[in-house]
Amino acid sequence: MSPHERPSGGAGLATRLSGSRVVICAGSGGVGKTTTSAAIATGLAARGARVAVVTIDPARRLADALGLDELAGDPERVDPARFASAGLGLEGELWAMTLDPKRTFDELIERLAPDRRSREEVLSNRIYQQLSGAVAGSQEFTAVAKLYELNASGRFDVLVLDTPPSRNALDFLDAPDRLTGFLEGRALRMLLTPSGLAARVVGRGTGVVFGVLERLTGVDLLQDVSVFLRALGGLMEGFRERAEGVRRLLADPATTFLVVTSPEREPVEEAIFFREKLRESRMPFGGLIVNRVNRLDRGFEPLPDPEAVVAELGPELGAGLAAKVGRTYAEAVALAERDAAAIERLRRATGDEEPVLVPELDGDVHDVGGLLAVHGHLFPS
Amino acid sequence: MTGKGGAGKSTVAAALAVAAARRGLRAIVVEVATRDDVSRALGGEEALRDREVELAWGVHHTSVDPEAAMREYLLDQLPSRSLAALLGHSRTFAYLTAATPGMRELLTIGKVWELAQEDRRTAGAEPYDLVILDAPATGHGVAVLSAPRTFAQAARVGRVARQASRIDALVSDPERTAVVAVARPEEMPVNETLQLRRELRDAIGLPVSLAVVNRLLPSRLSAAEARALATHAAHVGGASSIAVDAALRRHRRAKAERAQLARLRRGLDCPVVSMRELLHPALDAHAIRTLSGELERVL
Repeated sequence: MSPHERPSGGAGLATRLSGSRVVICAGSGGVGKTTTSAAIATGLAARGARVAVVTIDPARRLADALGLDELAGDPERVDPARFASAGLGLEGELWAMTLDPKRTFDELIERLAPDRRSREEVLSNRIYQQLSGAVAGSQEFTAVAKLYELNASGRFDVLVLDTPPSRNALDFLDAPDRLTGFLEGRALRMLLTPSGLAARVVGRGTGVVFGVLERLTGVDLLQDVSVFLRALGGLMEGFRERAEGVRRLLADPATTFLVVTSPEREPVEEAIFFREKLRESRMPFGGLIVNRVNRLDRGFEPLPDPEAVVAELGPELGAGLAAKVGRTYAEAVALAERDAAAIERLRRATGDEEPVLVPELDGDVHDVGGLLAVHGHLFPS
Repeated sequence: MTGKGGAGKSTVAAALAVAAARRGLRAIVVEVATRDDVSRALGGEEALRDREVELAWGVHHTSVDPEAAMREYLLDQLPSRSLAALLGHSRTFAYLTAATPGMRELLTIGKVWELAQEDRRTAGAEPYDLVILDAPATGHGVAVLSAPRTFAQAARVGRVARQASRIDALVSDPERTAVVAVARPEEMPVNETLQLRRELRDAIGLPVSLAVVNRLLPSRLSAAEARALATHAAHVGGASSIAVDAALRRHRRAKAERAQLARLRRGLDCPVVSMRELLHPALDAHAIRTLSGELERVL
């Protein structure tokens, strides 16, 4: 494909997403996943669906633009007037929320804890406090937990999930498995016998393990860990069911994974890798969205040569300015060629012949105007 | 070294290592498991996990795998190899370490600490003058740096508490540990960098020592020239108008990027280095050389 040919995503997303109840946007950080997710939700709401979008938006730019309350742990309805004044009518409803991992985790514990005491035990545990905060993996887990809960509630026709900016998209897919795998482990069951660390008398191996651990760690840390695990044990059944449900939901035919990327090398490789992972895990791949594509789309065939441009502009603009335009133009052509090559590679490697392409947009894409601009490319009318 | 994925962190890590090597320092870049961007950029093969190898320009490289770091730690700490092996192969132990929140972060930073020791615990290993951690994404970078303090406080007594305190003493000492933030000149990355500064200060009292703004578009046009071009674009068509449009668009973006760069400079009290956008990945080696020269100039 030559760089100036207008690339298109065919019929856009409307066709691709028809019949989907859960749309998950995955990809590496910094490729515009949050705005893309919100634009998809907006597009589906414009076409009549009741849609909730769950975004990971730590800076809260989008949430502010949509007028969301900071503290809500649940989707809020976005005032359609925000879009109507910008020329887009919503036939359905757009609901949105920003995910707060710590809060979602706390809520989950509150819901699953069999009694008040075990709830307090978990919430006040130092190890738990670490886990529910900044530690890698907790965002992934809480994102799918929220998704599961919203899906089970039946309140929405479609859910759109913006995934955490994990360096490795795998973490997200593996979160439920890792948790159930861990909870179902025999070793954990041993740890979770009523006497907790009394498990050390169960078998010689375990006994030695704990003896060594105590020497290494100091008893306090070990006790924190064991209290945490024991308390978690009380919640185990609920966690297990939930993780099982999440796994089923992710593999459901009504779930669609969209892989979002930019044309830059690292995100492209990550996108290809993630596509492969979806194939292996038999999760439904709905297509690629390539954001921030540089292109020259005025339809001149062939593209004028930079030197010819300088020669043509020189008499009118002066040689100095014409040369600057020539250099900048040459760079723009090189960028467009680089992006076209990246898109070609993505096509071949992912099997998506018509990825949806969103050009590099001028200005801020974190406000309603930016959202609508992205929307226009995802859902061409 | 911390910043959003795709910001060019690995290039900056490599450039810093090259600058250090040119000053005669023995430097190593540490990547966290499964990544080997620096190794590739410097012409190495796929990184050998947990092995320290020398790449181009005298720069060393290794990739930390938390599981391997744990095995190494056990070997070092336990009186006998068989005891370490027992623990290393114990499923209970594996579950326990996997389930302990923050353990991977602690093991990662623990390995960085080990590499930075004058007297290396790894048998036969040479010490390094500078250890550069190509840390995971911004938020996770803070988690890695604050893990030792959290563990030291949770354990209170015992060996882990002592060791975690020693690691914390190194990573929270501004004389010995510097945080370099890498960001693109756009609104969200700038916000995140300013947030990183606050979080680091709150978590372990460490400042951001240097910011590198990557992929800055060149700003070529004066305001008068931009006006002249806009007038031209409004009146003249033809094939060259595509070039005029491209120049105007890039000019607008360059201006917006400079506004973000200025905002970053205002929000940080450390040097901010900017780096031009490069078009081809093949230019990585060139980028590393250019940037390392620039870093040498400011440091």
